[in-house]
Amino acid sequence: MKFTTLVSVAALAAAGTAFAGAAQARDQVQVAGSSTVLPYASIVAEAFGENTDFPTPVVESGGSSAGLKRFCEGVGENTIDVANASRKIREKEIAACAENGVTDIIEVRIGYDGIVFASQQTGPAFTAFQPADIFNAIGAQVLKDGAIVDNTYNTWAEFNSDLPDVEIAMFIPGTKHGTREVFEDKVLLKGCEDTGAMKAMMDGGMSEDDAEDACINVRTDGKSVDIDGDYTETLARIDSNENGIGVFGLAFYENNTDKLKVATMGGISPSTETISTGEYPVSRPLFFYVKKAHIGVIPGLKEYAQFFVADEIAGPTGPLAQYGLVADPELGATQASISAEETMN
Amino acid sequence: MSDTTLPPVASSADTTPSEKRKTSLYRTDALTRKRNAAEARFKAYGITAIVIGLFFLVVLASSIILEGIPAFTRTIVQVEFTITEDQFEAAEQELFKTRAYEGFFIASLEEQLRQKGIDAPFDSDAIERLVGKTGGTIREFFRENQDLLGQPVAFELAASSRVDGYMNGRITRESIVDSRFLMKSDLYIVDALVEAGVIRNAFNWNFITGADSGVDNPGGAGIGASVVGSFFMMLVVLFLSLPIGVAASIYLEEFAPQNRITDLIEVNISNLAAVPSIVFGILGLAVFIQFMHLPQSAPLVGGLVLTLMTLPTIIISTRAALKAVPPSIRDAALGVGASKMQAVFHHVLPLAMPGILTGTIIGLAQALGETAPLLLIGMVGFVARGYPEGLIEGFTDPNSAMPAQIYTWAARADFAFYEKAWGGIIVLLVFLLAMNILAIVLRRRFERRW
Repeated sequence: MKFTTLVSVAALAAAGTAFAGAAQARDQVQVAGSSTVLPYASIVAEAFGENTDFPTPVVESGGSSAGLKRFCEGVGENTIDVANASRKIREKEIAACAENGVTDIIEVRIGYDGIVFASQQTGPAFTAFQPADIFNAIGAQVLKDGAIVDNTYNTWAEFNSDLPDVEIAMFIPGTKHGTREVFEDKVLLKGCEDTGAMKAMMDGGMSEDDAEDACINVRTDGKSVDIDGDYTETLARIDSNENGIGVFGLAFYENNTDKLKVATMGGISPSTETISTGEYPVSRPLFFYVKKAHIGVIPGLKEYAQFFVADEIAGPTGPLAQYGLVADPELGATQASISAEETMN
Repeated sequence: MSDTTLPPVASSADTTPSEKRKTSLYRTDALTRKRNAAEARFKAYGITAIVIGLFFLVVLASSIILEGIPAFTRTIVQVEFTITEDQFEAAEQELFKTRAYEGFFIASLEEQLRQKGIDAPFDSDAIERLVGKTGGTIREFFRENQDLLGQPVAFELAASSRVDGYMNGRITRESIVDSRFLMKSDLYIVDALVEAGVIRNAFNWNFITGADSGVDNPGGAGIGASVVGSFFMMLVVLFLSLPIGVAASIYLEEFAPQNRITDLIEVNISNLAAVPSIVFGILGLAVFIQFMHLPQSAPLVGGLVLTLMTLPTIIISTRAALKAVPPSIRDAALGVGASKMQAVFHHVLPLAMPGILTGTIIGLAQALGETAPLLLIGMVGFVARGYPEGLIEGFTDPNSAMPAQIYTWAARADFAFYEKAWGGIIVLLVFLLAMNILAIVLRRRFERRW
């Protein structure tokens, strides 16, 4: 019977390829994590493939937390080797890792990234912000006439007459992004302290931790929108809303200077110079984490990590700085610690 | 028809009530007019609906084509230059070899421009801004053709994405903002180079045949590798879901007894068809990668996940096709002494073939455009880096798929990648169109009337 023979041959062929695949060992480095680190990792991955005899690593996106979660799933070929993160790994995550047998983790700092506040090129004159302005605009509870009240500000000019009298519309990174944490720590919390709201909250009987949590709470009446996607989504929102203020990475802004107008923060305009000197207040280090147990098992893993932080790549004249990464002045120490395979403790 | 017996068409106003009840086919009364008007209105609604649909189709198609066309051209720098054996040795000693090759290219381009006497001031930094990332191409060429070292070789290399944008009108002198990627003064050099015939626009074959590139190299990005990834995934889907789906539906439709268990199975198949595709992705991650230890980012796993998604579609359409075969065919076959299996495979199945094929191809087309489940099994990101070396590797080596590649490009900062995403959509649509044409052709070939 012709048809049945055809069917069984097809089924056998499919099953055959399935088993052949299962038997094969992985020979490329597998990376996942922060979408802020992804562009840099893809530049390095491409160069690594072109400049060495190892296959090009696979780099996936998905956010720092998602990447670290996958990283901590265990040891073995079916888990990733490197997690990119735009924040430091948390104690909780280290514990989760250890629970699954991922004990030896090498931390690699690749450089710094600035977080900038930008609006439409032709929109209202948002050219100078203080952390207090951002806090007053989107904090859930703010200090108004000496009392902590729910945030009812509608326009920027209501709390700072230097700012345009237009409706508040902020597009901030969602909670799965590492960028959010920096935004909370260095902008919202700072603004909360600067406006005196935090002191008022603590005077009102809150503990310091509770007050900090209350400070980073964001209003939920639609004036502030969480963006869970990439910066391109934020850009699209800004494009369609001339009053919108978006939170971007410095590299993304620099690639889109024809569309975006950047604001100074605390009087300092963001650039690789002001970020590397620490003058610009909102910056954060970028990391990747390597599973030590995979070194020697997955070919090219250590070489990839070394290649990433080599002076030619991550240094001030390398392709990463060219794209927008702020080079780490202490790159030498990072290189040494990878060579020695120093793990976190 | 003769009209001699019919009453006159004209009606007079002063008719008696008894005459009023008389109706005429020639005279349309109020009720008929109302019904006719309703029909005309309905037709108008229908036509409006079609016009609106066509309008959106035209808007969509034209915006895709307008946005996507730039992806198919690229600006190339035509230059002839020599790399000596010493330079080659020196470059191979370095860690970042491709950068060294790029340096040779930029240096020789600069020298040639000085010889030609380009009438705009420039320095090597400006030249560096004009050319794209070309070191990889140059290194690969000279590693393969070492006998050409020391001889002048003519190269056509990609210009940077900003120059590309200037050439196709995305960046203008008015809109440009000076940055380290491109300065306003560089545009004068570009103009001079175009005049000298060093820079020109050409069809971007690399876009169709190439692989994904790093975020700083939009000129080098191509969709070819992910087309291959999609192709291998579709092979897996076809060879698994067609036999399994057809076997399951033949059994359910022709052999299985009607009882609670088969009812339950039927309900579940219909439910499965409505399950969001991301759920299959989670299942794929848990079962195929974490439990069965199949390779990550592999078209094989992608194909398996999409098979699960496609199976219900195929089973439902196959069962519908089998149901549509008249029972008389089965009865006749059984009546002349055929066994049930003979009746099904010799008579019913060939007649149901067009329906089965259409269902399968629609299922495949749906699977081809799916991104969500691929997110979880590692096929979205910087994955499609080259063509597989062989048939087996095609299934197991990391690769992306067309919709995943488009999604990745759309998220990148450099606007040139946005164009690539639209170009990728055009390629994807061409694929879908080809599959639909295949479905129609097969249907025509196998269709039989009774």
